[in-house]
Amino acid sequence: MPSFSRIRAIAEKEVFHILRDSRTLAIIFLMPLLQLIIFGYAMNMEIRQVPLLVDDLAMNSSSRALVSAFVNTDYFVLIAKEAGTLKPDELFRERRAQATLTIPKDFGAFQHRVLLRIDASDPNSAQMIQNYALGIVNSTGVRTEAGIDLRAQILYNPDLKSSFFFVPGLIALILVMVCALLTSISISREKEMGTMEQILVSPVSATEILFGKVIPYLILGLLDALIILAVGMLLFQVPFRGDFSVFLLFTFLYVLTSLCLGLLVSTVAKTQQAAMMMALGLTLLPTLLLSGYMFPITSMPVILQKLTYIIPARYYLQIIRGIMLKGNNIAQLYQAGLSLLSMSVLMLIVAARRFKLRLS
Amino acid sequence: MIHTSHLVKQFGSFKAVDEINLEIGRGEIFGFLGANGAGKTTTIRMLSGLLKPSSGEIRIDDLDIVRHSEQIKHKLGYMSQKFSLYPDLKAVENLQFYAGIYRVPFEPALKRLEPLLEQFGLSSILNTLTQDLPMGYKQRLSLVAALMHDPPLVFLDEPTSGVDPQARREFWQVINDLANLGKTIIVSTHFMDEAEYCHRVIIMQDGREVALGNPAELKTKHGSANMQELFLKVLGVSDAKL
Repeated sequence: MPSFSRIRAIAEKEVFHILRDSRTLAIIFLMPLLQLIIFGYAMNMEIRQVPLLVDDLAMNSSSRALVSAFVNTDYFVLIAKEAGTLKPDELFRERRAQATLTIPKDFGAFQHRVLLRIDASDPNSAQMIQNYALGIVNSTGVRTEAGIDLRAQILYNPDLKSSFFFVPGLIALILVMVCALLTSISISREKEMGTMEQILVSPVSATEILFGKVIPYLILGLLDALIILAVGMLLFQVPFRGDFSVFLLFTFLYVLTSLCLGLLVSTVAKTQQAAMMMALGLTLLPTLLLSGYMFPITSMPVILQKLTYIIPARYYLQIIRGIMLKGNNIAQLYQAGLSLLSMSVLMLIVAARRFKLRLS
Repeated sequence: MIHTSHLVKQFGSFKAVDEINLEIGRGEIFGFLGANGAGKTTTIRMLSGLLKPSSGEIRIDDLDIVRHSEQIKHKLGYMSQKFSLYPDLKAVENLQFYAGIYRVPFEPALKRLEPLLEQFGLSSILNTLTQDLPMGYKQRLSLVAALMHDPPLVFLDEPTSGVDPQARREFWQVINDLANLGKTIIVSTHFMDEAEYCHRVIIMQDGREVALGNPAELKTKHGSANMQELFLKVLGVSDAKL
């Protein structure tokens, strides 16, 4: 039977380490904020202020209405007309414009065709420019050739702000990185210092060590989650439509899973350096690429789709996006929650096993 | 107190400990002597339950070390070769931690060890961060930490390396006192003069026993004037070689 008093002795000692080690404190408080700010601003998938050259051959009221519709958004800026002497090709090559709009002479009377050329050397941006432009053209009421009038209703994020997408994702990414990092070095540090030996000769069991290590970081991890959430909402104006207690419950599960991942790493790694590298390697890229954070899981090859099932962030992303954007309740999220819980338990068992193995 | 028979530890094809048979009684100060790599530390790590023997048997207080490891762990204190208290904890917090993991009430344990803390000059530095203490204090603090749960059996793996001669003498005085209280002390050292403090010593080479017995008797038996001479003699190293 694990003894509560031993777990408490280990947890208390761990708190002293945390409070006195500036490196741990930096990992806990500074790293998440820096990441949030850097990732949050750098990973902006929206396109703003696209330099657009307009070649208006009509110069009538219809063409002017169309041009001002473009200019009135934040998406496009007109570049000076003098540059119009250049061909679109040269403009693109010199990166002076990313798109050109040519309005034919008879526009508005019996011509409804306009020509939009887009620099697609960055296909994502090109795609988005095209979408923006179509949206603008549609909104002016000028009918398109096909004659189908499609009006999409966009839910949860009507302005299609990418911050709505990224901030919840960042919470998932940062939490798993920080938590795995913390527990991974907390055990490898004891191995390096030789203090682990002193614990191993004592009657403390592997379970007690693991619990004693996890509990203080569990509290810190939750605290971290709250900080990231608050700063994320403040900086990026992301809504929080769900219930706060649901958020706490599921975030608790996610933090636990991440800490257990770190523990597992620390039973493998021999030095703090190795543990840090491993913890980062197992969390950063897999979370970025395979959790649905950046790329939709459904568009991945089947093998990669299967692989996403072992990425904790995959479940938490569902949860956090669900809570923040859709106001999901427990019933809608319990499956993802159960997946996290079973992952934690599994990793804890394996960690304890590996830990005991080391003794012999 | 300790009984081993045919104790062997093998790392791959390398026999670190080879057929060690020991019988160590209560209250005895038993020393392990030998050059680096002779198998002292490996033996001590097996006796203290940190390493599993490849073959052979270890019994402590008539309990098999593998089958009754839980019970045995409560009986032994261990001070490792490498200083192993937490540098970022205060001295008193380190002691508190060790009391905690042995589930010993801290205050009574501290009270019990007060004379020792006094003798070691540790009473006044209890609130100092361990990393700020001089080496000699750290090493004495390690011993006190290993004694928090009042174990009848204490392992000291090269406890005096890196400590000045004066402090070493004081340290051995304390070890002697502990033995007089009935504690069994297992100590490894490469200081030959320290071997004189032991009731019995085993001299090891390449994992095997080359001599075992009371230091004075061993010296007479091999006609050596001091431990240094004895050591070289039993290892088969002639003075000329030095």
